[in-house]
Amino acid sequence: MKTAERVASEPQAQPASPVRPRNRFRRFLSLVDLKASPYLLVSPYFILFLIFGAFPLGFTLWVSLHDWQLAGDKEWIGLDNYQFLLTNERFRMTVVNTIGMFVLATVPQLLLALMVANALNKRFRGRLLIRLGVLIPMVTSVVAVAIVFSQIYGTKYGMVNWFLGNFGVDPIDWRKTSLASWVAISSMVDWRWTGYNAIIYLAAMQAIPRVLYEAATVDGASSRRQFWHITVPQLKPVIIFTVFISTIGGLTLFAEPMMFNSGRLDGGTTGQFQTVAMYIVQAFRERNNYGLAAAAAWLLFALIVVIALANYLVVNRIRESR
Amino acid sequence: MISKAARRTKLRWLVGVAAIALLAPACGGDDDSSSGSSSDEPVTLTVNVFGGDGFGYDNLVKQYEQQHPNITVDYNVVTDDYDNEYRPQLIQQLDAGSGAGDVVAIEEQGVGQMMSMDDAWVDLSDYGLDSRESDYPAWKWDLGHTNDGKLAGLGTDVGGMAMCYRTDLFKQAGLPTNRDQVAAMWQDWDGFTQTAQKFVDSGVDSAFIDSPNQIYNIRLVQEAGNGDGTSYFDRDNNYILADSPAVKTAFDYVLQLNDMGAIGKFQNWTDEWNVAMEAGGFATMGCPAWMAGVIESTSGKQNAGNWDMAPVPGVSGNWGGSWLAVPAQSDHPEEAAALADFLTQPSSQLAAYKAISVFPSAPEAQQNPAVADSKNAYFNDAPVGQIISDSITSFQPVYYGELHSAVRAAVEDVLYGVVEGTYSDDEAWDAFVSAGQEVVDTSG
Repeated sequence: MKTAERVASEPQAQPASPVRPRNRFRRFLSLVDLKASPYLLVSPYFILFLIFGAFPLGFTLWVSLHDWQLAGDKEWIGLDNYQFLLTNERFRMTVVNTIGMFVLATVPQLLLALMVANALNKRFRGRLLIRLGVLIPMVTSVVAVAIVFSQIYGTKYGMVNWFLGNFGVDPIDWRKTSLASWVAISSMVDWRWTGYNAIIYLAAMQAIPRVLYEAATVDGASSRRQFWHITVPQLKPVIIFTVFISTIGGLTLFAEPMMFNSGRLDGGTTGQFQTVAMYIVQAFRERNNYGLAAAAAWLLFALIVVIALANYLVVNRIRESR
Repeated sequence: MISKAARRTKLRWLVGVAAIALLAPACGGDDDSSSGSSSDEPVTLTVNVFGGDGFGYDNLVKQYEQQHPNITVDYNVVTDDYDNEYRPQLIQQLDAGSGAGDVVAIEEQGVGQMMSMDDAWVDLSDYGLDSRESDYPAWKWDLGHTNDGKLAGLGTDVGGMAMCYRTDLFKQAGLPTNRDQVAAMWQDWDGFTQTAQKFVDSGVDSAFIDSPNQIYNIRLVQEAGNGDGTSYFDRDNNYILADSPAVKTAFDYVLQLNDMGAIGKFQNWTDEWNVAMEAGGFATMGCPAWMAGVIESTSGKQNAGNWDMAPVPGVSGNWGGSWLAVPAQSDHPEEAAALADFLTQPSSQLAAYKAISVFPSAPEAQQNPAVADSKNAYFNDAPVGQIISDSITSFQPVYYGELHSAVRAAVEDVLYGVVEGTYSDDEAWDAFVSAGQEVVDTSG
């Protein structure tokens, strides 16, 4: 009774009460808590992003519009750097090289990862060990991988040529032609990343409802049919994710081709495996031309956006083609 | 232990830079009032060098500090990677106007670039150091000057040039192995060509020379030195590679040797090159003083006595070597110049040679028995000191432009392309000229 009385009496007492301003302050605080604190809580990330992400992006754009020499003049030249690059044969070659290695590395890599994941998705003895095993290449350093593979692909003293020699194949000069060098570099990329993608696919596969397969089995679908018509369409979001990640990784390829040529940025005697990323670093490091490097970096960014979108459109058709 | 030490050095260097950056404004004020008298005020001088072993200055620094109680020397080996770490970092510091040491080392690779930054350096002749000219061979002295003719760098060490050869492979090929006979055989370039021909004809399954670039460079600097002293750029920094008779002669010589099948595909510093050095993949290679150590550690004990050393055809040559310079941003240019003077004295060069075997550039130090009579046991007791000294004494000055190193890297790629078979002899020259042009274009 007493409680009810108090509850009832309180609203009446309120208008005259001196508590009111404090209450308003409280209400203000709770409003702040409700509306502002989420922003406050996520702000550390965005403040860091502003400093280390957005600012460098914007500054790079600013630099790219200048004739910006380290230890030299910094002069506004508008889009001249972009014009130079878009009409420059060497830069065009690095774009072709990059896309070439990207296709050569990524397509087999993702297909292989899909197959491996499908195989690992079966029940067999020791599957945990095998599943962990495909991830092992991930824990090695990129540069270590590249150094070892560079030795394996030696022309005169390399293991691959020695092996091929046993079958009477003439030694291949792995650094001489575009195709040979692309194959060699792609194999490094694939060795390292196939397992990673396979594990992602495997995780997604285990989330596919069993009933779909059971129903398909009852309908008499072969396991190959099940793979292409149930597994792959169900994996679509994950495949899109891996394609995006591989696109970004593939188009910014740097360490493997650089180490393949003993740490040099020129990508072979005619630049036959120089990637855009190597071109950028060469421009500012060896030639001190920051403006050109910045412009090339923005063109690379544009290239990644275009190719990622194109990939998205292609991959997005998976379900429709079913 | 090495990595820990390296990390500590790096940390110390960072702290040093931070300290300088913090102190810079404060010191600036002080300096103006005290610049006239180099009094007893305590001064800390930062010396930044590079290399796996540094410059061998540890004892010299201690000695200097004892002689000058008010001076503390902070001697740092910044990194062993000159081209990728030290050089870009130093240029950035010079461009930013702070962060560089009071005394900094500059290597031959990129000396042209550094010397094109006239305003970045203290003119050492302001402190009476133009008197040091007599200590150096002319070319070493000249390269220490900026494009405006300011004395910016004092020479430390040099590489010189010899020709290392495999006695076991020479024997197989029926060539003489005694170094005097070998030297007589390739006194000039015709002799070298004939030797190459004999080696190729013998059918030994090795390349006569490891790769095109060193033989090309040895020939190039000899031709350029005998000519007007320019190669890729004239003294106004115009790109003149296409019109340089010295470049064309050296280039044609590479084609000639390559057509004979005498040049190997072993690009310097690659894994294949290392393996070939050990396995006998090639019979000769250009050999600056410091290369002897590379060969010994790469070829290993099992090849002791298989390597020997003779003068190069035409005797003269150089690869590598450094200078000490004082950045204009230094707060104590006078003290720094005095320290650079001390560290580059012939006696100091000798001390550095004794510490870590960097070959002195000063003839006076070269004539010291410790250098002149030095022999290398790994190379059948070859008189290394004598051979390298001769190559330096007879070396003629060659001008390096600002972009010399970058152009050099690009055009040497074309030489490798010729040996790989990517370019035919007819295409090669055009590709060679345009590879250098591409560097000039992209360098803005």
